[in-house]
Amino acid sequence: MAAESRIRVKRVNDVMQVEFLDRNILDEGNIQVIGDEIAALIDATPNPKLLLSFANVEHLSSAALGTLITINNRVKARQGQLRLSNIDPQIYEVFTITRLNKLFSIHPTTEDAIKSLA
Amino acid sequence: MAAASHQHPPAHVRIELKNEPAAVDRAQNDLVAEMEKRGYPKASLFAVRLAVHEALTNAFVHGHKGSPDKPVRLEYTVHDDRADIEIEDFGEGFDPASIPDPTLDENLEKGCGRGLLLIRAYMKIAEYSASGNVLRMVYERPG
Repeated sequence: MAAESRIRVKRVNDVMQVEFLDRNILDEGNIQVIGDEIAALIDATPNPKLLLSFANVEHLSSAALGTLITINNRVKARQGQLRLSNIDPQIYEVFTITRLNKLFSIHPTTEDAIKSLA
Repeated sequence: MAAASHQHPPAHVRIELKNEPAAVDRAQNDLVAEMEKRGYPKASLFAVRLAVHEALTNAFVHGHKGSPDKPVRLEYTVHDDRADIEIEDFGEGFDPASIPDPTLDENLEKGCGRGLLLIRAYMKIAEYSASGNVLRMVYERPG
């Protein structure tokens, strides 16, 4: 049986906007489901333009960061673009500590992120 | 202030946890609730929840190599000004110095190895026993 979806996907023009439904992205099982769901979206789209909104997210583990890196590599492999947005300041600090703010393109709002997509 | 520091007696908890998400979540919630009761700011609750989550994940995944039935010991004392936390797994232990620095450019795209970095960033003290299977952490209330 398929696991319950943990993301909400909205397509606006050619941008796939993904919102996380979980407040806490900590549990490895849930992270696996999220990773698989987003991988399927990427694989179904040539040159994917993917925007991940963290508006609902209050906690994020290092395992979730690992999955974001995998998603980033998958998007790059399909000549796509990835943007992150609406990251809570406390979570942004996690990106800063790990220096992943240098790896990802992070924007304050979804509007800013969409504008940055070529 | 002395009066404020005696508002709550220290809360001491010792629990054996199996690798079950609901039980792990509950244990983290209980610890954070003790801190919330003592008026720790939101940033402290975030920091401790994350560090304890990462430490428990390391214990289950690396310490016990994913073996679901081995329990991990979580023991903590929450004071008004700090939280002392200890996590013990029953694996072979490891040398924390063997973990490569995940913030180096050449490691930035690696999928794992950031848990200990986050623990150290948020905790005043985070040290492993010589055997490498007991992690002692101290969180200090800011300000």
